[in-house]
Amino acid sequence: MTENNFWLKKIEINVSEAEKRTGRNAMNMQETYTAYLIETRSVEHTDGQSVLTDSLWRRYSEFELLRNYLLVYYPHIVVPPLPEKRAEFVWHKLSADNMDPDFVERRRIGLENFLLRVASHPILCRDKIFYLFLTQEGNWKETVNETGFQLKADSRLKALNATFRVKNPDKRFTELKHYSDELQSVISHLLRVRARVADRLYGVYKVHGNYGRVFSEWSAIEKEMGDGLQSAGHHMDVYASSIDDILEDEEHYADQLKEYLFYAEALRAVCRKHELMQYDLEMAAQDLASKKQQCEELATGTVRTFSLKGMTTKLFGQETPEQREARIKVLEEQISEGEQQLKSKNLEGREFVKNAWADIERFKEQKNHDLKEALISYAVMQISMCKKGIQVWTNAKECFSKM
Amino acid sequence: MEGERLASQARSSGLPAGGATAESPGVDAPLLGSSGSSALLQAEVLDLDEDEDDLEVFSKDASLMDMNSFSPMMPTSPLSMINQVKFEDEPDLKDLFITVDEPESHVTTIETFITYRIITKTSRGEFDSSEFEVRRRYQDFLWLKGKLEEAHPTLIIPPLPEKFIVKGMVERFNDDFIETRRKALQKFLNRIADHPTLTFNEDFKVFLTAQAWELSSHKKQGPGLLSRMGQTVRAVALSMRGVKSRPEEFMEMNNFIEIFSQKINLIDKISQRIYKEEREYSDEMKEYGPIHVLWSASEEDLVDSLRGVARCLDQCCKATEKRMSGLSEALLPAVHEYVLYSEMVMGVMKRRDQIQAELDSKVEALTYKKADTDLLIEEIGKLEDKVECANNALKADWERWKHNMQNDIKSAFTDMAEENIHYYEQCLATWESFLASQTDLHMEETSEDKPESH
Repeated sequence: MTENNFWLKKIEINVSEAEKRTGRNAMNMQETYTAYLIETRSVEHTDGQSVLTDSLWRRYSEFELLRNYLLVYYPHIVVPPLPEKRAEFVWHKLSADNMDPDFVERRRIGLENFLLRVASHPILCRDKIFYLFLTQEGNWKETVNETGFQLKADSRLKALNATFRVKNPDKRFTELKHYSDELQSVISHLLRVRARVADRLYGVYKVHGNYGRVFSEWSAIEKEMGDGLQSAGHHMDVYASSIDDILEDEEHYADQLKEYLFYAEALRAVCRKHELMQYDLEMAAQDLASKKQQCEELATGTVRTFSLKGMTTKLFGQETPEQREARIKVLEEQISEGEQQLKSKNLEGREFVKNAWADIERFKEQKNHDLKEALISYAVMQISMCKKGIQVWTNAKECFSKM
Repeated sequence: MEGERLASQARSSGLPAGGATAESPGVDAPLLGSSGSSALLQAEVLDLDEDEDDLEVFSKDASLMDMNSFSPMMPTSPLSMINQVKFEDEPDLKDLFITVDEPESHVTTIETFITYRIITKTSRGEFDSSEFEVRRRYQDFLWLKGKLEEAHPTLIIPPLPEKFIVKGMVERFNDDFIETRRKALQKFLNRIADHPTLTFNEDFKVFLTAQAWELSSHKKQGPGLLSRMGQTVRAVALSMRGVKSRPEEFMEMNNFIEIFSQKINLIDKISQRIYKEEREYSDEMKEYGPIHVLWSASEEDLVDSLRGVARCLDQCCKATEKRMSGLSEALLPAVHEYVLYSEMVMGVMKRRDQIQAELDSKVEALTYKKADTDLLIEEIGKLEDKVECANNALKADWERWKHNMQNDIKSAFTDMAEENIHYYEQCLATWESFLASQTDLHMEETSEDKPESH
C-alpha cells in the first residue's frame, strides 16, 4: 500500500502472552476468546540492546483480517500462512479443544512466526496496514476496512471460472500448481500417519507404567528379589512418563510441517491470480479480435459470420449508409480503446509474472532451508528419545540383575 | 521310609561336593561303590523307597545320588546352574536331553489332532538306547501329568500349556498357537527331566521311549477310572471340612503363592498388552517411511534429507520387529509358564491340606471313640507318616521351585531390558548417522545467504 519503510531500525517481534477474555460479539452474545500480546522492540545497531516501542493485544480474527488484506493487495506474493484455526491431525490424547492451554501455546508460537515472516519479507514489511497492526491498537479494524480491500478481492467464482477456461497459462504456473497440490497431499498424509504413530508410541510407553505398580506390590512378599523389583518398577514409571515430553516436542515438529501445508494454499492463490489475469487477457484479446472482424464486415459489406444484426437487417430491411458509418466509427473507437487496454493488460501480466516468480524463487529457497532444518530437528528429537530409552533400560537391567 | 532328609546343603556347592556332603549313610554307599557293587546297590536302592520306581544308579554322575530319598532339593540342580551361568553349557551335568518339534496334523474320521515329535538323547543306563524318537499328542502329555501328580501329590509338577485358548481363536490349530504350545511342551518335559525326583519316574520313561501301541497298553494299566473318581470325591469331601491347623510355614507358603499368583497374572496381561501395542506401532511405522520417499519425488533439493529420514524410519521399524520377537521368545512364555505354575502350586497346597485333613478326621474320630480304637490308632500312625512325608516333600520342592522362579523371572526381565537397550541403540545409530550426513552438507550451505531472522 505504501513504499515507505516504517522500520528505521531492525525490530524484534514477540507474541509473548495469551489471555482468555470474554466479551460480546456482533450479535451481542457472550463469547470467550483468547487475546495475544504483541510486543515490538527496536534494536540498536551498535550495542544490540532492544527497546520496547509498542505493545498491544490482538485476537486471532484480527490476524485473519490482516492476512486477507495482504492477499488482496499483494497477489503476486506468497503470503505467509496463519497457524491452523482448529486443531487438526490430532492424536487421541491431545486435545482438539481450541481453549486447551497446549493448543493456545502452540498457536501463540505460530502467530509470532507469522508476524516474523511478514516482517522479514522485503516487500510485505513495508506495508502501512501491517505497521499499524503492530502499533495502533484501537481503530485498526476500521482503518483496514476503509481501504475497501474486500471490494477489490476477486470472487471465488470468477477465479474458478478462469481456472477452467484459460487457454494459455504460463507453463511454470501450471507446474507450480501441480507442485502445490502434491505438497499439500503428501504433507497431509505424513501428518496423519505421524499422528497415528504418536498414538501407538504413547500406548507402548504407558503400558510399561503398569509394571511399576505391580512390581511394587509384588516386592512386598519377596525377600531377596524385593529391592530389585521395587527399583526396577520405579524405572518403569520413569519410562512411561517420559513419553509426554517426547510427544510434546514432536508436536512442534508437526507445526513446522503444517506451516508448509498451508503455504501450499498460498502458492495456489498466486497461481489462481495468474490464471485470472491471463484469462482476462485472453478474453480482452478475443473481444478485440471479434470487434475488428465486425468492423471489417461492415466496411466490406460481407457477412462472414452470423450476427443478430445481420439477421434483423435481412428481415426488417437494410440500414442506411449513415447508420453503417456511425456504427463503424463506434467500433473503431472501441477497437482503439481495446488495443490500449490489451497493451496495458499485457504489461500488467508480464509484470505480475516477473514479480511473482521472483517471490516464488525466494519462497523455494526458504522452504528448502526450513524443511531441511525441520528434518534435522526431527532426527535430533529421535536421538534424544533413544538416549533416554537406553538410560532407563540400562538402569532397569541393573535392578533386574540384582534381584 | 527315609523321609527325614532335608537337604539343607547350600545351593551353590559344587557338584562332587554336594554328593559328598550327603548325610545319610545309606546314600553314601552308592557314591563310593558306583562301579563295583551294582547288584548290592540295586537292592539297597529298592529297599529305600516304595513309591519311586527302581533307580539304577550306574551313572558316575554324582548329582543323581540324592534321588532315592525325599530330598528333591538338589545341591546342584542342573536347572539352577543353567540359570546362574547363562552362557556356559555344562553338558556333563545333564544326562537327559529332550526336544519337541515337527508338529504334524493327523486327520481321522472322528477327529483332527496334532502330534509332536519327541527326541530324547540320554546316557543313562536304565534306558535301553541312547536315542529315542516318538510321536505324542497333547492327550498323552495330559496323561503323563496326571500320573506324575498321582505318584507325587505334594511335589510341584511343571505346568502344561492350556488345552485351548477360548477368546480370539478362530481356528484351533493356527501356526502361532502350535508354535507356542510346542515350546511349552518342550519346557514341560525338560523341567521334569531336571527335577531330581520326577526325572526317574517310570511313566516319564515310558512316555519318552515307548512306541504308540506300547504306550496305549501301558496307559490301561493304571488304577481304573472309577477308583480315581472315588478318590476325587473323597478329596473334595475332605477339603470341604477344612484344615484345622495348617502349620505356620505352609500358611506363609499359601499367602505367598496367592499374592504371587495375582501379581504374575497381572504381569502376564501387561506383557501381552505391550506386545500388542508394539505390533500396532510397528504396523503404523511401516507406512511412515515410504511417505517420505513419495515426497522426495517432488522435491529436488530435499531428496537426500527425505530419503535419509525414510531409511531411518524403516530401520527403526525393523528394530521394533526384532524387539517384538525377542519378547515373544523369552519374556512372554516365561511369565505365562509361571501363571500356570502358580495354579499348580496352589493345587499342590490343597492336596497337602487334604492329606492333613484325612489325618485330622481320623484323630477326631479317635477323640469321640467312634470306631475301633486300635484300628484307628494304626491308621493314624500311617497317616502321620504320610503327612510328614508330604510336608517334607513339599517343603523341599517349594524351596527349589522358588529358587528357580527367581532365576527364571530375573533372566526373563533382564532379557527384556537387553532387548530394549539393543532396540534403542540400533535406532540411535541410524539417526546419528543421518544427522552426521546432514550436518556435513549443511556446513557447505551455510556460506550462502541466510534468510532474515525469525
